[in-house]
Amino acid sequence: MTAPFWTEGDPIADRAAPDGPIETRWERRKFAAKLVNPANRRKLTVIVIGTGLAGGSAAATLAEAGYRVRSYCYQDSPRRAHSIAAQGGINAAKNYRNDGDSIYRLFYDTVKGGDFRARESNVYRLAQVSVNIIDQCVAQGVPFAREYGGLLDNRSFGGTQVSRTFYARGQTGQQLLLGAYQAMERQIGLGNIEMFARHEMLELIVVDGRARGVVVRDLVTGEVSTDVADAVVLASGGYGNVFFLSTNAKGCNVTATWRAHRKGALFANPCYTQIHPTCIPESGTHQSKLTLMSESLRNDGRVWVPRRAEDCGKPAADIPEEDRDYYLERIYPSFGNLVPRDIASRAAKNVCDEGRGVGPGGLGVYLDFADAIQRLGRKAVEAKYGNLFEMYQRITGEDPYEVPMRIYPAVHYTMGGLWVDYDLQSTIPGLFVVGEANFSDHGANRLGASALMQGLADGYFVLPNTINHYLAAGPFDAVSPEDPAVVEARAQVEDRLARLLAVDGDRTVDSFHRELGHIMWEYCGMERTDEGLTKAIGLIRGLRDDFWTRVKVPGTGEQLNQNLEKAGRVADFFELAELMCIDALHRAESAGGHFRAESQTPDGEALRHDDEFSYVAAWEYGEVPTLHKEDLTFEYVHPSTRSYK
Amino acid sequence: MDIQVRVWRQSGPSDKGRMVTYDVKDISPDASFLEMLDVLNEKLILDGDDPVAFDHDCREGICGMCGMMINGVAHGPERATTTCQLHMRHFKDGDVIDVEPWRAAAFPVIKDLVVNRGAFDRIIQAGGYITAPTGTAPDAHATPVPKPDADAAFEAATCIGCGACVAACPNGSSMLFTAAKVAHLGLLPQGQPERDTRVIDMLEAQDEAGFGGCTNMGECTTVCPKGIPLTLIGRLNNDYRKALRNT
Repeated sequence: MTAPFWTEGDPIADRAAPDGPIETRWERRKFAAKLVNPANRRKLTVIVIGTGLAGGSAAATLAEAGYRVRSYCYQDSPRRAHSIAAQGGINAAKNYRNDGDSIYRLFYDTVKGGDFRARESNVYRLAQVSVNIIDQCVAQGVPFAREYGGLLDNRSFGGTQVSRTFYARGQTGQQLLLGAYQAMERQIGLGNIEMFARHEMLELIVVDGRARGVVVRDLVTGEVSTDVADAVVLASGGYGNVFFLSTNAKGCNVTATWRAHRKGALFANPCYTQIHPTCIPESGTHQSKLTLMSESLRNDGRVWVPRRAEDCGKPAADIPEEDRDYYLERIYPSFGNLVPRDIASRAAKNVCDEGRGVGPGGLGVYLDFADAIQRLGRKAVEAKYGNLFEMYQRITGEDPYEVPMRIYPAVHYTMGGLWVDYDLQSTIPGLFVVGEANFSDHGANRLGASALMQGLADGYFVLPNTINHYLAAGPFDAVSPEDPAVVEARAQVEDRLARLLAVDGDRTVDSFHRELGHIMWEYCGMERTDEGLTKAIGLIRGLRDDFWTRVKVPGTGEQLNQNLEKAGRVADFFELAELMCIDALHRAESAGGHFRAESQTPDGEALRHDDEFSYVAAWEYGEVPTLHKEDLTFEYVHPSTRSYK
Repeated sequence: MDIQVRVWRQSGPSDKGRMVTYDVKDISPDASFLEMLDVLNEKLILDGDDPVAFDHDCREGICGMCGMMINGVAHGPERATTTCQLHMRHFKDGDVIDVEPWRAAAFPVIKDLVVNRGAFDRIIQAGGYITAPTGTAPDAHATPVPKPDADAAFEAATCIGCGACVAACPNGSSMLFTAAKVAHLGLLPQGQPERDTRVIDMLEAQDEAGFGGCTNMGECTTVCPKGIPLTLIGRLNNDYRKALRNT
């Protein structure tokens, strides 16, 4: 008999969240949190890993508050973090449209959209803080889209019936990130932030049970060094690149959070991944990444496939209206093309599985703007989506004004991440986790335009108000470079780098990464089964052993060595991949982005099992991982079956 | 398709560097230029050679990390296109393609096609921001912004900081980069209080970083993947004149 994949440990609970009326919980937490007097803040140092929306805004805000900040990113400049690629927009409960929106409605939509697998307290706070984010960004000069009267424009976005999404054409993430980046650069100029670009965190330093520093590698010189501080903030993003092909930037990786996990931080809900419905399909084996087309396109584009499989080879224009199946409008008449991402993605997979997909390999569906162009005119469509259409044409060589776009789902976002309490503190005291790197607010499925909201909420408003409570007990005892914990962490990094270089096998890092991605997409992608996941765990273990005996990493560790960087990241992806499959295997229900084929309604919709699975699965690292359950209770939004029909 | 690439190889800042020719066979026209280099690198690694180092990240044309001179043109032959968004369908079977790093005094080569663009960050540090510490903001609708101003600010703000403008400029000037930020912030009401100091401080930082002067050649705007217009440099000069008068 094979060993069990996991064991169950004690339950855990979020002890930082106040109870009582949800509307005042955040106010009360802020008031109860200890403060640090301004003179003492200068004596406290915070390390921030990552410079995206969460890390950039956190670093800038902590520095403005008077803390000493040291910030690290693997890119050549903090402005390049992958938040920059977010296209569509950012939600906020401003109700500028007078269309019935409110903090409560944004809270309600987000809890429901997350398929009742997120904490009510956190989500309510997110909705509250959302309004401040827009104010903050406008003050920084973020050029949001405006109307002729000079006021901000809004649009509705996947999965909601109100217009609460603020946007800057198709480049909202870029503009928001530049706002945070510029605030950060100002603090760098003032000497309050020390910035280390082209540096990668490879290990967490834990001294006497507290997170006290990191081991980093200078990617240019290869030098490995240690940095100690009073607290560490991880803002290192999500782990979608475990699938090799995803919409993430090529460098996005799980190493920072995984290393922290190995040092004791619990990893929550790793199986919750978001497959985005509107990406440009794969064009061949050379494919190195996938490109997302903003789902704002679904506001005006209509999704369809041929009614009959035999029509799939025909040009779209030769398929008459009556032979087209606008399947989202047909199956979900009230939400139509605007159903949430998980539902749109699975529906696309289903029609392709039926043999009705279009384009190379039959892995695509049409997103058609012919009606919108007729209704609004080409100019209006161009004003709204011009840059997205250009991007599509540049990549595919096809003109979407003339022929419908082809789209297919791709991995886009990971809802899982390090477990944090209401203060955004992980299970390691002094280790805080913000943005996509934590698991906190999106439950099993994230709504469109909510990632930017969460990243900035965490960085600008939440963390700077909760980290004080921890730092008020500092400055902590100085940590010497000879401290055994520091020496050990550093040795772990050096040993691993040496091992990767020493294998000198016959396969490239990318070839392993690609194969791992295939396994994950096949068995831990849009549809998961007990049998498939069990098989995947075996395949991953085999491939991982192969990796450590056959990988070929050229060059040395004392230079810019991009393959060495990749090898370390892929090695961590192997370990994460196994935990993702175990988490997906243990969760024998369908919820949000996690669809278990064994758990569906007679008409093929996701079937949750609230009696058994209404909890956060927080995993402790070990040879055999240990599951700690955090029960979720719903006092305000009563769990119901999500229906978009 | 089969092509040849002649790639700049330089092991480090102190190495003199040279062009090295490689055959790349059986490339799909739908592959991106960087995917073509990926294919080359996979082969180089298995052959025991050093793969070509190049910067890249989002591969969607927005992060600004990639960039190389392709046949002498920053980001290659397609207008308004970053290197990562350039596809092999724009080349022909049998083509010989020269690939070099950005060449500018302010962007020293780190390795092969990788250069140090930290000077751009230093220009932003000098004044490329609006001072608005977290928590100080009034309601977002407190100050309406005329739509034409907001749109023009957005157009200027689309700069991705890739450095193509500098690489294309015979003087190695960063004027288009600086001008785009000065215009973005200067067009908005929120950017007015620091408008004068911003332009003065950013230009000073630009000179200190070792960028050349602008002589209105216009190469920058021609290669700019985001189409930042040359008129913004005129706008910057105007702002600079006013700022000198005011201070």
